[in-house]
Amino acid sequence: MANPKDLDAALALWRFGLGAKAGSIGAIKPYPRDLLQQEITEKAVPRPVGAGLLSSRDLLLAFYDYQDQVKAERERPLPAALEPTSAPAAAGPGSGSGSGPNSRRDSRSNSQTSSPGPQDAQAADGPASPGEPMAGATRPVPERGRKGADSQGGKRPFLPQQILLQEADARFNGTIHEPLIGFGERLAMFFANHFAIAAGKSGEVRVLAGCFEREAIRPHLFGRFEDLLVAVETHPAMLIFLDNRQSIGPRSPANRNGKRGLNENLAREILELHTLGVDGGYSQADVTAFARIITGWTVNRNEKRPGPLGVFSFNERAHEPGDHAVLGTTYAEGGFNQGRAVLRDLARHPATARHLAYKLARHFVADQPPPSLVAAMTAAYTKTEGDLSAVYTAMISAEEAWEPRLTKMRPPLQYVTAVLRASGIRPKPRQIVSTLKALGQPLWNPAGPNGFPDVTDGWASPEGLATRIETANLFAHQVQGKIDPRTFAGDRFGPLLSDETLQAISRAETRAQGLSLAFLSPECVRS
Amino acid sequence: MSCDCLNPSRRAVLGASGALFAWAFMPKFAHAAQGRDARFVTIILRGALDGLTAVPPVGDPAYQDLRRSIALETGGERAALPLDGFFALHPAMPNFHRLYRAGQAAVIHACATPYRERSHFDGQDVLESGHSAPGYVDNGWLNRLLQGLPAGAQIPPGRTQPRVRGLSVGSTAPLVIRGEAPLLGWAPSVLKAADGDLPPRLMDLYGKTDPLLAQLLKEGIETGRIASGLDVKAKGGAGDPDGMEQMARGAARLLAEEEGPRIAALAFEGWDTHARETERLARLLSGLDRAFAAFQAEMGPAWTDTVVLVATEFGRTARINGTDGTDHGTATTAFLAGGAVRGGRVIADWPGLKDSQLHEGRDLAATTDLRAVVKGIATDLLGADAGHLAEAVFPGSGAVAPMKGLVT
Repeated sequence: MANPKDLDAALALWRFGLGAKAGSIGAIKPYPRDLLQQEITEKAVPRPVGAGLLSSRDLLLAFYDYQDQVKAERERPLPAALEPTSAPAAAGPGSGSGSGPNSRRDSRSNSQTSSPGPQDAQAADGPASPGEPMAGATRPVPERGRKGADSQGGKRPFLPQQILLQEADARFNGTIHEPLIGFGERLAMFFANHFAIAAGKSGEVRVLAGCFEREAIRPHLFGRFEDLLVAVETHPAMLIFLDNRQSIGPRSPANRNGKRGLNENLAREILELHTLGVDGGYSQADVTAFARIITGWTVNRNEKRPGPLGVFSFNERAHEPGDHAVLGTTYAEGGFNQGRAVLRDLARHPATARHLAYKLARHFVADQPPPSLVAAMTAAYTKTEGDLSAVYTAMISAEEAWEPRLTKMRPPLQYVTAVLRASGIRPKPRQIVSTLKALGQPLWNPAGPNGFPDVTDGWASPEGLATRIETANLFAHQVQGKIDPRTFAGDRFGPLLSDETLQAISRAETRAQGLSLAFLSPECVRS
Repeated sequence: MSCDCLNPSRRAVLGASGALFAWAFMPKFAHAAQGRDARFVTIILRGALDGLTAVPPVGDPAYQDLRRSIALETGGERAALPLDGFFALHPAMPNFHRLYRAGQAAVIHACATPYRERSHFDGQDVLESGHSAPGYVDNGWLNRLLQGLPAGAQIPPGRTQPRVRGLSVGSTAPLVIRGEAPLLGWAPSVLKAADGDLPPRLMDLYGKTDPLLAQLLKEGIETGRIASGLDVKAKGGAGDPDGMEQMARGAARLLAEEEGPRIAALAFEGWDTHARETERLARLLSGLDRAFAAFQAEMGPAWTDTVVLVATEFGRTARINGTDGTDHGTATTAFLAGGAVRGGRVIADWPGLKDSQLHEGRDLAATTDLRAVVKGIATDLLGADAGHLAEAVFPGSGAVAPMKGLVT
């Protein structure tokens, strides 16, 4: 059997990290567990970089301008001859072709500059640099953009998709290649799925999907869960995705005409998914009361409304007045702070501790995590009032977490990440996005607010595997240079590499086929 | 592509999946009612369909006032399609309306599973597992139904491929059809195929090291062979009209084959309409409607012996919420379509929409148990055994009698 430190090094990378890069098993071999702990202590999470990565406010304002322009163009009587097709298309959205409303600010110009991000300099096969306009896109342009595009001969890129591709580029050609182990990046993926939003909901959510992860998730991954929770539930992406933006207190001043009212969606999912869990002991009355408490948590897009545009805004006029009880505690009227207090109590609730500990252990260790491991993580959470770093330390300090057998199946996002890291290739973001979609895990776009499945059963299907084969084949053909698949497998999988896998790779007919077999080996498909 | 060369692992694989019992049988059911060669399709709508918008009770005096801005009208530009004077059909469903008029489609209204809470995920577990409470997620009622049906004819001598009777559509199998009975899986493919002999090499590796992956690969190879004749290109996902139609078309072509599967499950997503429901449901219902048309067109003569059931985890609040949408509720509609449906009817023990008639003062009350509908079809179309239905398919459902007369 392998030297235990070799094995720990491989597990640190493949189970707790993003998978091995060239030479990384050798690099961490002397102190694998210490180096993993060090990522926690140093709160190491890479920051996505790119010229197009704007704040949620700037993204929303750029999107609203874009919509205004599409609308103006649609309403303008033809002749189309007034507009030479090349100029506006090349300038990209937000440029204002002369008549579009164009008043809000100038930060949108960032979204059309074409300066490559630092980590893209070497990408010879041309992954789109973060600011590159996606003009001339051959993919279908959905939703609102389409009509505008058609009226111009299909040249106008659909801004929300363009932004999504820029965000994807920053992740898959940037952050995932940076860390040695990558525990923090894995946590970003985990919590983005725990607090899932779905880009397919609307143009606004699509515009914000990557930004939500940058602004609300990453800064709080190693801090207190309460801070993460507040950041998430007050982020425009979440307020729009779960409809709280429009929710209005039935007895609030804004409802004087009696026409508008409550939307329970966000309140319910906070209780069921984000904190207590479905068996966390809340009732329909708790959902309704909590929904009333968070009325007024909104995002403005109309300049006539009080408050700033495109950021979290507490609208006193839409807030349901009065005291309300959630889970037996009465929260006195206090504007925004009334809901803030509920979030604080939910973050400290024992059911939340168990729910999070269980989900983390299930994600990293096993579909049915050892109860002793979950108990240790729950205890760490409770003792520290939700210090997430303490929960992670409890996990990686437990022997149960280092069982060498790989039993889970890597979900597509982790799978594609591991293959890209192991091979070092940096495909165009459009290819990554379409591959993830084909594999059943479209980027930032789960079917519902419960996110994508995190257990083997959710992914172990013949169709899913068939698509992984196509994916492995596609990426294997993009690996440049004289890489030897046998050496590759030995270096990346280390002591996890089985004799059978090595033999299959050795017998491959071509280099690409050998790499495909490595990408499809149980060592790479499982975790 | 044949996988006969992979023989060493096949026995172990099928043994592990409990499929040996099906090894020697054709996909047809030996004793389907009246000797017909029956097909049964279940479509799950994930997210909780608003049955009061899909099939609005325009004759109920409380309807307009509850629904206000999203209420459907019987006249005007976007008038609901007439059904029976009391109920109407959403205007995005002309194909279903045509089938209804032809006596090949029916609506079950005020219908629900035994679940009375409001969590999607628990609600879907109950709907698909067939148990009366959440928490059972290992296998689904359609798979257990499949296991209990009488076996079909022997495979002719010389045949070595097992034939399966269940078809799962989509990149992951819906819970309703997951289980011991072997399945064929199919999903629209969007990427180009892998190098020619990569799959057998991989089969060799998985056969030695990983039974689960070996099983998945074997099924994938089979599926690819069957599906390779389909000239479909993926256009959309399970939550948009193109995707729905495409999944239906692919499923129907496989079901229509002489030796194809006889039972199928599909799942369409995106029905959770908390805000601006009118626009979203019109789009989704038109996708569902196109799926009905695709089934009818592609099934060919087999349509005569087909029942398509459409069900969702629960309904939505009777009153609209403050954002022109609806929150999670209780009873809703189910749809039946197919040449074997005794249609042209809305089947409902209508509970009424007055405040006092609503469940917990907020939801359409459930008066029909969805399990009764399934049992009725399983009995009359497929020849299922009542005891098996009461004990294995829907455990503990002995008191729920099969609904009579749903099938011609």
